[in-house]
Amino acid sequence: MCRIGSIKSKVPIQPSMALKLMLPQQEGHDNSGFAMVMQDLYGIFSGNKDKPLLSMACTQKGAQIVENYMDSHNFVQIAEWIPVPDKRPGLDIQAMPYYIFRNYDYPEDAANMTDREKEDLLLDTRLALRKLLDESGQGYVYSFWPDVLTLKEIGDPRDIATYFHLWDDNGCLVAKSIVVQCRQNTNYAIVRYAAHPFFLQGYTLCANGENTFYTKNKEFQKSLHRGYIGFESDSQCFLNTLHYVHHELQWPLGYYKHVITPLPFEEIDKREDREVLTGIRQSLAHLEINGPNTVIGVLPDCRMVTCCDSKKLRPVVVGRDENMVAISSEVCGINEILPDRDMTQDIYPDEREIVVIDNNLEVTRWKQ
Amino acid sequence: MEAVMTQDVGVNDLPWKIEYDENRCTMCGSCVASCSFKAIKAGVRRKSVTRAEGGQPKPIHEHEAIPVIKQVASLTDFCRGCGMCEKVCPNNAIRPVRNPDTRKTLLSRDNGPIKRGGRTNLNAQRTLDSIVVGRISQMTDPSLDSVRHTFDIRAPFGRVLSSKELPFQVVDGKLVKKGHTPPVNWIYPLVFSDMSIGALSTRAWEAVALAVAYLNEKCGLPVRMSSGEGGMPAKLLQSDYLKYFIIQIASGHFGWNRIIKAIPHMVTDPGGILIKIGQGAKPGDGGLLPSAKVAEHIQAIRGVPKATLSSPPNHQGLYSIEESVQKMHLSMNAAFGFRVPVAIKCAASSTSVSVYNNLLRDPYKICGGFFIDGIQGGTGAANEVSLDHTGHPVVSKIRDCYLAAVAQGLQGQIPLYGGGGIGMTGNAAADAFKMMCLGANGVFVGKVLIQLLGCVGNEQGRCNACNTGKCPTGICTQDPRLVKRLDIDRGAQKIVDYVLAFDAELRKLMAPIGNSSLPIGRSDALVSTDKAVADKLGLQYVC
Repeated sequence: MCRIGSIKSKVPIQPSMALKLMLPQQEGHDNSGFAMVMQDLYGIFSGNKDKPLLSMACTQKGAQIVENYMDSHNFVQIAEWIPVPDKRPGLDIQAMPYYIFRNYDYPEDAANMTDREKEDLLLDTRLALRKLLDESGQGYVYSFWPDVLTLKEIGDPRDIATYFHLWDDNGCLVAKSIVVQCRQNTNYAIVRYAAHPFFLQGYTLCANGENTFYTKNKEFQKSLHRGYIGFESDSQCFLNTLHYVHHELQWPLGYYKHVITPLPFEEIDKREDREVLTGIRQSLAHLEINGPNTVIGVLPDCRMVTCCDSKKLRPVVVGRDENMVAISSEVCGINEILPDRDMTQDIYPDEREIVVIDNNLEVTRWKQ
Repeated sequence: MEAVMTQDVGVNDLPWKIEYDENRCTMCGSCVASCSFKAIKAGVRRKSVTRAEGGQPKPIHEHEAIPVIKQVASLTDFCRGCGMCEKVCPNNAIRPVRNPDTRKTLLSRDNGPIKRGGRTNLNAQRTLDSIVVGRISQMTDPSLDSVRHTFDIRAPFGRVLSSKELPFQVVDGKLVKKGHTPPVNWIYPLVFSDMSIGALSTRAWEAVALAVAYLNEKCGLPVRMSSGEGGMPAKLLQSDYLKYFIIQIASGHFGWNRIIKAIPHMVTDPGGILIKIGQGAKPGDGGLLPSAKVAEHIQAIRGVPKATLSSPPNHQGLYSIEESVQKMHLSMNAAFGFRVPVAIKCAASSTSVSVYNNLLRDPYKICGGFFIDGIQGGTGAANEVSLDHTGHPVVSKIRDCYLAAVAQGLQGQIPLYGGGGIGMTGNAAADAFKMMCLGANGVFVGKVLIQLLGCVGNEQGRCNACNTGKCPTGICTQDPRLVKRLDIDRGAQKIVDYVLAFDAELRKLMAPIGNSSLPIGRSDALVSTDKAVADKLGLQYVC
């Protein structure tokens, strides 16, 4: 089972904090990869928070392909950070030649675009880059969005952190929100795109467990939105559904839970809003999940959410103090980074709950 | 000495031969009385006996007349293998035995095409039996407990809108419905298929209806029953139980005079309307009720004289599917104030996907279900040539339709129901589960219900006499003497018990794949041991 976690903090934090959250949870044949999405960035990206940031891993040729595309589509590069890795021998990492994090300014004609049109431009650009890199086999593009950075790699998370100097706490990578996964994979055909967290138009999500409705989720989502592609992991479906319900349908967040884990008909029948709930259940039957899962997500406005499946087969715990909220599969990780918190305030979301943490770290618990 | 005449029909020409043991027979006459086909009769056998008496052998020839039971050698009054004689015999003296050398099929076309009931006897292959539930949840994805967990076993019946078409508005952070949506009833995914009063005896129809009422009221299972094309008793139409029934309209419109007259007096809406375009057992043919079965009460319900009732092969006045949608669906929807889902039933065909696509794109969004009836569906009466040589298997057709909807992102909008051969080997739950994984929202059954009531017919040519009015079990006849053989309460109980077991078995299949909701479209849960089946249905081939 993959261990997943996230930290939302009033004070910007560095990735080592996320690693400390995750590593105590290691068990058995864990840790075949590490991935994180940082949002609300400080450090070296703090000056360009409103400029889309491209996160990718590629070969030199891949970098050239991307550069050509961005140039020809009038994106103007305004900042770049290419980490210089620690290549000491013995590290367990299947590194790509280059990791590129680059801020661009929008093309000139974007000045007249609505926010929605800009969002679509960024998505379409990422999809186009992904297609080019896939076709040439020269790399991976993970996110292209303002104030969002994604790093993914295959190997032991400790060594991956060493490779990228994440243990150094050198102030380069700093954010108020980090979503992270230490990958456990018994399927050795590992694909980088299959590593959570996944990102789509401001929505970040990681999940664990098995999506038993993967086939029907996937078959349905493929025709819902052009951004729902890949499906390298069955957990991508959770992100697509979050994006669809909240961004496309523009339904309040609580309905995400109603879509993925609908109430039984018997319970719906007793509710005042049964017409709405029944309508959702029948129209979005193919977005239901029915396996053991925990979901941790971040919304475009940086609110963090978590919930789990309706049979409560996958646990999740929320721990907090006045400056930080941490969400994790297992409490031992939270004990590591928040040892002095009031543990009686820990939240173990139940099967009908969705927990939302706003930017003031106020926690809201919505019952389905 | 008697001369052999080649053209005479002998017992050995018939599909069943009576095996009779005169030493066991007490000549009680029960077998003859119970044989509704008059295929056996009491007779006398002349026996030649030679005895020797006295000290010196002195042969004496005598003839004895021995009363016996004889099989009738007739192409009209022939044994159907129903086994009522065996069932009634107190001494196990008589039973029918299948005759592999029968010439009956060849010889009995003197009066035109052979007619019979039952289902196809030539196409009894079982695609579903080469499919296994092969993806079992174990370590990373735990199985459920079929007894402890709650399972949501419900299927939509009605037109489902896409999420973007839902008339929802956000008011104070909540979604509120503003506007009309097509009616959708969530029903049990096992629909009791359309067998009319007329095809069935009133007693048999009542037993099925009684089981439906019991399953709904006492067991909490919203099972729905289609009336069949033949109307319904006026009292039932005006009762609260109407909500458990799907009223069928077919090309003959039989029974609709009563239904329309009853509409103003209905205290509740029916569970749905089913427009029957075709049926799997005899695609391209309309309903057929031989005059032998048009008893007085059938005449009353249908408003017809005593005559063979043939429904036309299609609905008059409809020349295209678009027109069908406009005329039939709209008028049926309008008749019940757009509160009752209206579905359509067609025989499975090479063209089913086109029909389904057309319905999916219907701008009125008023088709509430597509029932596809496969070649293994049963019928009360049909030409044997239709039964055995026309039709289309339902399994791949359900899959084709589902995948056609998937390709357009429209899956689930018009619920798919598959029937025709479901439960043929006795386990309808396994069949239903596999059909649902392939894309059906539910299944419909007919034959299995009457088999539970006592029907002994099968697809190896046993009985299949539903068309004769002589049904030996009292199920498919209006003959009062035969109908009395059927105990309504015991018949209904048998159906109830079967459906309760069906429900438990469905859970026993949902639990190991870790699902508490029905696995509609979860083809990944299935594997096939037949490569051709796997390829056709898009399943993993295993061996």
